[in-house]
Amino acid sequence: MSGWPVPRRRTSRSNVTLVTSATTAPGAPEVYFDPVRQAYRRKRARRDALVGMASLLGFVLVVGFAISRTSGWPLVQETFFNGSEFIATFPGLLDAFLLNVRIFLIAEPLILIIGLLVALARDLRSPLLLPLRVVATLYVDIFRGVPTILVIFLLGFGVPALQLQGVPNNTVFWGTAALVLSYGAYVAEVFRAGIGSVHSSQRMAARSLGLTSLQTSRYVVLPQAVRNVIPPLLNDFISLQKDTALVSVLGPIELLRQAQIDASSTFNYTAYVGAALIFIALTIPMTRFADWVQARMRKRRSMAGTA
Amino acid sequence: MTNTLLDIAGVWKAFEGNSVLRGLDLSVTRHEAVVLIGASGSGKSTLLRCINGLETVDAGSILLAGDLDVSAFKTDMDAVRRRIGIVFQSYNLFPHMTVLDNVTLSPRKVLKRSAADSKEQAMALLERFGLAGKASDYPDRLSGGQAQRVAIVRALAMEPELMLFDEITSALDPLLVGEVLDTVRDLKAGGLTLIMATHEMGFAREVADQVCFLDAGVVLEKGTPEAVFGSPQEAKTQEFLARILK
Repeated sequence: MSGWPVPRRRTSRSNVTLVTSATTAPGAPEVYFDPVRQAYRRKRARRDALVGMASLLGFVLVVGFAISRTSGWPLVQETFFNGSEFIATFPGLLDAFLLNVRIFLIAEPLILIIGLLVALARDLRSPLLLPLRVVATLYVDIFRGVPTILVIFLLGFGVPALQLQGVPNNTVFWGTAALVLSYGAYVAEVFRAGIGSVHSSQRMAARSLGLTSLQTSRYVVLPQAVRNVIPPLLNDFISLQKDTALVSVLGPIELLRQAQIDASSTFNYTAYVGAALIFIALTIPMTRFADWVQARMRKRRSMAGTA
Repeated sequence: MTNTLLDIAGVWKAFEGNSVLRGLDLSVTRHEAVVLIGASGSGKSTLLRCINGLETVDAGSILLAGDLDVSAFKTDMDAVRRRIGIVFQSYNLFPHMTVLDNVTLSPRKVLKRSAADSKEQAMALLERFGLAGKASDYPDRLSGGQAQRVAIVRALAMEPELMLFDEITSALDPLLVGEVLDTVRDLKAGGLTLIMATHEMGFAREVADQVCFLDAGVVLEKGTPEAVFGSPQEAKTQEFLARILK
């Protein structure tokens, strides 16, 4: 079973001690590393690093050279990697990207809340609350089945067309709402998997201590469930960052829309490449962070004892 | 006032058409240590789970202290479990909480004690069982013996009238069994009423006031350790003891 959170384990080299057996002579060192062996290992590590770097550099040079020699390259470079075009459009793109960031920051917490509530509703067992369970199940079925961009179309163009009183007809509002509904359904299933991953003996132990069903969920099951699903949740976050661009179909000038405007006014696609770079600049750190979290949890799981 | 703490009469329990308990009777007086022995599948664990309502019985009655019917349809099981503690073979500590939080969770949330009071009580219990130094550790830093002792302390913190031990040493390294049994010995000396399912025959002989041999869902033979271990009457008891004591 995974432990959480565990105080950081000290793994520095100086801490490694070898248990000296009874047969070792008195006064023998606690750690002994054959110097020849040690030198050999160091040398091999250095050589591996050098070979790796050289191989990578060679690969980049060969691929770059091959591409630059193709007949279409000058045109590709002019159309997609135009320096002056890049300089002209990039600040505007960055400006437009703020809208994507805003959509993301508003949508993400709402998605987490909806996802958690729907996951809990889907596992309700009380007959009185059957309607809630049915609604939650239908919601997940529908919004996981419909493409996100279709939800955006339906809400963004459909609802304002009703001209209902008190209902906003702001495209960003409806685009964000569509993302929340679509992603909420996915995240609900992630949370549900997390709840299922907590062993039933945990619930049994909590109930045997007199905790009610609700208290058991709140203090014992959910904290463990949420921790178990942090990696897949981060994965969904990364996906959401990119999908904020889908809101562009409704018209608000966010990053993709801005790039589209730039590209269609000059017939040069460098702005699209600029937009791609901006998305990458945000998703790569997120991806590395998710990798790091996952690796840390794996390590923790493997060193966790029999608790 | 009667001195009977637990009165079990005619309890049946089946899982998917398979009867595990077949009209089992058992009576436990206050301060008594009852040890359940018997082969795997004889119904020891199921009986313990029925006693604190983790399983509902199919027929029969389980009366606690003459006033609370565990087996009745409308009994509040949370109330039952507040009065009966149970410790499992696999500890089942909460891995996301420190030892101290494991112990204080129920007193705080169920008995509504203040954080300070429950902490004080928990530290006193941990101290008593030599675990005070582990209070702020997480369960995965504990040895099996320590984890099981924390599980016992966690159940004790609810101040139960009756404690159930379900093969609590079966998952332990042989070297660690002793410290857990010492804990139970200590509790018995303190006057706690307990029912324990175990394969530790030496311990059963030493601590039990009453030994019950379960076979096919009934108490086939019961009596003092001297009687059951010394001169078992039933052929099945003799056979079981011969196999396990070999």
